[in-house]
Amino acid sequence: MSDDQDISVERDQDDPHAAQNTLSRYAMRIEALAELLDEKDIVSAREIEDSMHRMERSTPSNGAAIVARAWTDPAFKTQLMNDPQSVLDEMEIRLEHDPGLTILENTPDLHHVVVCTLCSCYPRRLLGRPPDWYKSLAYRKRVVVEPRNVISEFGYDVPEAVEVRVVDSSADMRYMVLPVRPDGTEDMTQEQLANLVTRDSLIGVNIPDSP
Amino acid sequence: MTEPQIARRFAPGDAVAVRMDTVRDPVGGHYRTPHYIRGKRGVVSQALGSYPNPELKAYGGDGLPRQPLYRVLFDQSDLWGSRYTGPAGDRLEIEIYDHWLEPA
Repeated sequence: MSDDQDISVERDQDDPHAAQNTLSRYAMRIEALAELLDEKDIVSAREIEDSMHRMERSTPSNGAAIVARAWTDPAFKTQLMNDPQSVLDEMEIRLEHDPGLTILENTPDLHHVVVCTLCSCYPRRLLGRPPDWYKSLAYRKRVVVEPRNVISEFGYDVPEAVEVRVVDSSADMRYMVLPVRPDGTEDMTQEQLANLVTRDSLIGVNIPDSP
Repeated sequence: MTEPQIARRFAPGDAVAVRMDTVRDPVGGHYRTPHYIRGKRGVVSQALGSYPNPELKAYGGDGLPRQPLYRVLFDQSDLWGSRYTGPAGDRLEIEIYDHWLEPA
């Protein structure tokens, strides 16, 4: 089959179900690959489906729960900073391809923001699927050279006295930001706190919601 | 870990420079060191252990010997000069494999 050949299935213009019979080039390729993997007992259709469900179930709530616990439990925070892998193990969260995890702790003097300039490295099991903007060329190009403008566009102006540190996640480590606990949350429960922790605050393009 | 690995050359606090050239180029193309960081000077902030070299793995190799990986901190003004308009203390941190670094 030549590369430029149109491989969409022939369809009848009058057939109302015709669209369902037309697969894109890539969809056909993926289907063929999945069938081959199954046939050759490399990966079963069931395993592929399980993996897709796992991916879809992952949401930033995993990361938010970790942050809320770190804010309220000093021993847990120490464990999280020193040995984040042990926290993942206890929560039975496995990062894809098993890269290491590093927690970037924001302080009143330091604000981290994460990017992957080379591709779209992202701790999916902790934060769910990456937002489209995280993978966009615009974000990847701009946040390394004008991080303050980018963060400001997400709704937070980092004070001049606070260092902005861009962390380019391009190799074998995945990163999650541990934001500063918002003021006025002293009496809140872990669950209430977790609701303030947004996905964007775990990437560092914003701070958690105010109570 | 019995896999062969390159000995770690740098420690936190060491001044390093990122190589401009591609020092290990068996087939070419898949680099994990972005262009904006090449030729720049920074300071090692953390040694992360060693990993199979992804620049070899991308082409079907086993990536051995494993390459030490470091986190390296750069001053934004050293990366971008006058293009960087934020305060002087702003920095950028990135992971760089040993074979891309030399002492500075």
